[in-house]
Amino acid sequence: MSPYLYILVMAGVTYLVRALPLTLIRRRFKSPFLRSFLYYMPYVTLSVMTFPAILSETGSVISAAVAFMVMIVLSFRTKSLILVAACACAAVFLVELIPGVVPAV
Amino acid sequence: MPDAFKKGLRDGVPIFLGYFSVSIAFGVQAAGKGLTPAAAMIMSLTNLTSAGQFAALDVIARAGTLLEMALTTLLINLRYLLMSSALSQRMAPDASLPGRLIASYGVTDEIFGISAARPIPLEWTYMLGAIVMAVPGWVGGTAVGALAGELLPLSVTRALGVALYAMFMGVVLPPTRHNRVLAFLVPLSMLACWAFTRLFPRVPSGYRIIILAVALSGAAAVFFPVREEEGGEDAAAENGRP
Repeated sequence: MSPYLYILVMAGVTYLVRALPLTLIRRRFKSPFLRSFLYYMPYVTLSVMTFPAILSETGSVISAAVAFMVMIVLSFRTKSLILVAACACAAVFLVELIPGVVPAV
Repeated sequence: MPDAFKKGLRDGVPIFLGYFSVSIAFGVQAAGKGLTPAAAMIMSLTNLTSAGQFAALDVIARAGTLLEMALTTLLINLRYLLMSSALSQRMAPDASLPGRLIASYGVTDEIFGISAARPIPLEWTYMLGAIVMAVPGWVGGTAVGALAGELLPLSVTRALGVALYAMFMGVVLPPTRHNRVLAFLVPLSMLACWAFTRLFPRVPSGYRIIILAVALSGAAAVFFPVREEEGGEDAAAENGRP
């Protein structure tokens, strides 16, 4: 089967999942539960996507942990997402330069 | 150019970096499973989703049925239904249909993250700005990975990979300073996810995110219902970046 047929199916499903709520829900929910649920949901989602996943995302737990701490400290100190991201990337790169941090394959 | 669009472009830069590095890994794997670079790029352009695309490679590699592909994609990407619902509450009720259809394309974990931190009403042009910046990163990284993945130093792509997480933290943490429920909920979510991962290592990450998001947000909503003004303009203005 052509890979493009697969791609078409998955793209269709993904777009529908994304577009249905945004196009169909056109008013603010009245229910305090629903409102609260949708208010908290982004924070929970982004938190569970970050930890513990980040720990296995780099060459070593050490560089990941240092980057995680850099993110936490900087997030409270600056409003610039770019700065937080750039410093976290730099932290991983620099820590992994230290011999022994990344296990030899 | 509307300000919201420019702001979206700017907030999209870390997403560009993160997408670029993650999609290099995707491109390498897609080429390894026999997809042409063009097919891999088209998949990235039309889907814009990491976990879903990696899973799709497996379905294609073992020549699964289209129904299987549809179900796999649906389950892995079901969290976008939640995210899209949350964003629907932040857009102006009279936001145009074409605007909503364009913004929908950009409901990824990352663009959702920065969009949820915008003051209400969320402009679809902000999401368009983020899309315009981030999508070339996703598609470009796919191309680099598929065509020349082995040429890039691993130390660089690994370092770029944490940009996405840095952005999540940049969005989630600042409001915890002023909101005690969030100050409690954010670390609790992380601990819960860690515990869940250890207890149920076989549950795929897509399900894990949905289960925890529904359970924890639901519990928080029951025990700490948001007051009218909190869920609305005030809190959003406070969370919003200048």
